[in-house]
Amino acid sequence: MYACIHCREGSRQALLNLAFTFSPRVEDTAPDAVTLDIDGLERMFGPPPALAERIVRLASDAGLRVEVGVASNPDAAVCAARGLGGIAVIPAGQEARLLAALPVSLLFAAAAEIEETLRLWGIRTLGELAALPEAALSARIGQEGPRLQKLARGAGCRPLLAFSPVPGFEHSLELEYPVALLEPLFFVLSRLLHELWAGLEARALATDELRLRLHLEDRSADERDFRLPFPLRDHRACLKLMQLELEQRPPKGAVTAVWLAANPVEPRVLQDGLFIPLAPAPDKLEVLLARLANLVGQENVGSAELLDTHRPGTFRMKRFVIQASGTKPRISQITQILRQSAKSVASILAFRVFRPPLPAQVQARQGRPERIAARGVKGNVVSLAGAWRTSGDWWKSDGWDRDEWDVALSDGALYRIYCDRATRAWFIEGSYD
Amino acid sequence: MRPASLKAELQSALSARFGSYLNFQEKPAPELLFTGIPEVDAVAGGLPRGCLTEIVGPPSSGRTSLLDSILAAATSAGEICALVDAGDSFDPETAAAAGVNLEQLLWVRCGARPADALKATDLLLQGGGFGMVVLDLGDIPPRQARRIPLTSWFRFRRGVEHKPTCLVAMEQEPYAKSCASLMLEMRRQRECWSGAAGCSQLLDGAVVQAARRKPAGRDLTTKAQRHQESFLVSSYLGGSTRTA
Repeated sequence: MYACIHCREGSRQALLNLAFTFSPRVEDTAPDAVTLDIDGLERMFGPPPALAERIVRLASDAGLRVEVGVASNPDAAVCAARGLGGIAVIPAGQEARLLAALPVSLLFAAAAEIEETLRLWGIRTLGELAALPEAALSARIGQEGPRLQKLARGAGCRPLLAFSPVPGFEHSLELEYPVALLEPLFFVLSRLLHELWAGLEARALATDELRLRLHLEDRSADERDFRLPFPLRDHRACLKLMQLELEQRPPKGAVTAVWLAANPVEPRVLQDGLFIPLAPAPDKLEVLLARLANLVGQENVGSAELLDTHRPGTFRMKRFVIQASGTKPRISQITQILRQSAKSVASILAFRVFRPPLPAQVQARQGRPERIAARGVKGNVVSLAGAWRTSGDWWKSDGWDRDEWDVALSDGALYRIYCDRATRAWFIEGSYD
Repeated sequence: MRPASLKAELQSALSARFGSYLNFQEKPAPELLFTGIPEVDAVAGGLPRGCLTEIVGPPSSGRTSLLDSILAAATSAGEICALVDAGDSFDPETAAAAGVNLEQLLWVRCGARPADALKATDLLLQGGGFGMVVLDLGDIPPRQARRIPLTSWFRFRRGVEHKPTCLVAMEQEPYAKSCASLMLEMRRQRECWSGAAGCSQLLDGAVVQAARRKPAGRDLTTKAQRHQESFLVSSYLGGSTRTA
């Protein structure tokens, strides 16, 4: 048996809350109606009329004015609640007779076009619709006709579409005593993640963002946000990411409570081609990048991005992300220009940069370097080219103005040196290799 | 009788009876990754995947030019590559000019800490999925690099074995010993200058020699031209240009 609660004035959430107090199987039928499965509730609430009265009473206490229809199928219950008003209990087998006088407009699912057709035919009530010949109705308005006719007879047989509220994927744990060490904290995180993932897996969901809040002993909170570049379903990878992050930046005090939340999203579905080049698995790559960042520092791991400036050796490190398979590799505009200019040569003489530039002692005659000495570099200039004067950003505090030279030293290496014109200091910028 | 010839004689004697079953334990030839420089490919035949390759040479011998060319060839083919830069000396600008797709290259800067570079290489090999992993020890002084224990190289060899990854180590001297499957020695023969000496001279490039030292091979000379850095920038922004 099914009961439908209809309320003309009231919030949808209030209706759902009312329905959930009686049955765990509730359908969010329409903004003004909910349907609940009342099979097996006789022992708790008595027969259906008593249950319906109880629903109305409880709704009245909550300030809602509702109509309740009880029938053997959800659609008949909805029609009864909307059309008959008050409390309407339709015994099994009596649906067609009791619903016959109700207007056709109660069939809320009917398309406006069909409703207009029925009106032109002079069909006003459900009984008139139920009396039409089924084959002729199907021939005129298609498959929707017999379906509506079945609803008009109160003989619908669709299952109840149970409403499952989207849970907030968050878990928290108050610790019995403050935890100062990371290792016990990882056990707590592992447990919370496990619980979180059980909920996500039960709903076939993944997450692309995790939020961790650590309540510290001094009543402050340490919040961390883990944004994942793609939806992840492996809780071990997430735990590893958290471990690496906490090892790199441990909390500033003992932890008294942990709160963890995940943003639920649909999992990523990918079908790689047979001839796509090898690439690291995305979840493994995330953990690998976190490990590398833990080892050498976040700012030292990633891919280089050239900047649109004349300043020598300017680039920016950015997060390393693998482009989706099948997409054409994105090449920056500056890289394209560099490539076009270098297209005519077979290979480029590469440059190795000294970071920071090596301060050098340079003996010069008539402004031309003759002997160079720096840490690890020493020799006479065998051949040289220059000087090329470059300058820029003079309007800023970090502008540059220098004379550059390419020199071949007696130690057998080729270097690029420069003289800072502001300070008259010499530096070795790097070597050609 | 030498063991190799004895083995060959036994195989030929038994092949009629056992057929190809005698050869089933032989290692299949590794897949090769081309360097992008035909002359070097002619010398080395390409870099073997699943093996350790050493590129050895003193500073300014053309090692990095060769490396950039290899990375350009690999990233152009859509491979994901990783560069462990022990000396933090990689220049993205010349690499991009050589054709390296920087988006496809994971750059790990170790700031002159070889121990971190070894750990990072190990992590990358364990992580898997990279078409090429490069360990750049080119600026690490030999007396420091010689302290890398041989067990590390054995670990690298085992880590890359049976994987479609090409592990390349760039050094001033060979350190991996028997762990390397291929060793290329680079040497600069001469640098090329153009223009009038003393007033308008330009460094055009250098003629470098690539020699396969392991397994033993023939020498071949190739010419690596200098990347005209300032010219490239000026062609975009209209700034200063180095011209003779």
